[in-house]
Amino acid sequence: MDMSWMVWTPVTAGFFIFIAIMLVCMTIWQVVSPTIERKGFLPIVTTRGDRLFIGLLGSAYICLAWLGLTDKELWYGVGISVAWLVTVMRWG
Amino acid sequence: MQKWADNRAWFLILPVFLVVAFSAIIPLMTVVNYSVQDILGPGMSVFVGSEWYKEVLHNPRLHDALFRQLTFSFCVLAIEIPLGVGVALTLPRKKGVWASTCLVLLALPLLIPWNVVGTIWVMFSRPDIGLAGVTLNEIFHFPYNYTADPLHSWLTVLVMDVWHWTPLIVLLGYAGLQAIPEAYYQAAKIDGASRFAVFRYIQLPKMRGVLLIALLLRFMDSFMIYTEPFVLTGGGPGNSTTFLSQFLTRLAVGQFDVGPAAAFSLIYFLIVLLFCFVFYTTIVNLGKGEAQ
Repeated sequence: MDMSWMVWTPVTAGFFIFIAIMLVCMTIWQVVSPTIERKGFLPIVTTRGDRLFIGLLGSAYICLAWLGLTDKELWYGVGISVAWLVTVMRWG
Repeated sequence: MQKWADNRAWFLILPVFLVVAFSAIIPLMTVVNYSVQDILGPGMSVFVGSEWYKEVLHNPRLHDALFRQLTFSFCVLAIEIPLGVGVALTLPRKKGVWASTCLVLLALPLLIPWNVVGTIWVMFSRPDIGLAGVTLNEIFHFPYNYTADPLHSWLTVLVMDVWHWTPLIVLLGYAGLQAIPEAYYQAAKIDGASRFAVFRYIQLPKMRGVLLIALLLRFMDSFMIYTEPFVLTGGGPGNSTTFLSQFLTRLAVGQFDVGPAAAFSLIYFLIVLLFCFVFYTTIVNLGKGEAQ
């Protein structure tokens, strides 16, 4: 099957593979030890999947804000995003 | 009741997953790919990284369109939801010929396609021959002209949307009200509850589910509004009714800048995602708070 119309680049391919791996890992984690709903610093009760979603959505906005508000390299923004994701997953 | 925990049931959603992958996920991935490249033609593309995102985020015309869009969606929700709930409350509670007649009459605007609604309103509000335009200009001596005044054209689109879509809220609200058992009203009567208390503690909480759907539908629809302003003034006068989707269409189809258009589509998608998530979470959690 010819997929050249999707004009893949190594960066976007890596991004989607990363997301896919994350989802697979979350599924395995869920099977091994099911999630317990809890309340952290976020104002709502969340499961592990909820926190991943909030973390990823927040990361996207952090990256956009970084691009929109600063002129520095995007990698710093990505760094902040990862820190945010870890924070939400652990203490959210 | 003991629920079955058989994970093989997940295979039953496989067909849905395949359809969604074909119709949504793969196209979305393509958009992501487009957004990081400068596509010059088939087989000719240059990787540009976050360039388009930067360009789009720094575009003042996009800021204007976004602000206009948010104001518009906010006004649509602020008018349509209370108005729709209000009308639903005034409809007869008992089923009968009268209730059915009201519902059919109210549902009529919903049957009209967007572009026809636009055309109807173009005629209706023309200052020289339209009923509303002439009434405002000749009888009330209000210089109404939607093709020249940005505010008038903006308000016309808003009124058009309210006219077109408030019936949806009415129908959903009415369905929610119909689902309330008579016993609740009897209990309220025994307790001597006021009309407002009945609304606040019985009707409104019972309508939460349908109102959530109404809110999400109306938000998403108004946030993607395209046809009505396009038919009315083509986004003008100036850019006063150029909302996000029209801006995007100009970028992608008019100028064929697929890279920036893709980057902007993703930002658009993220905004919709955030708003829907916030609305959904807020309303679901309000429900939990009252149930306790």
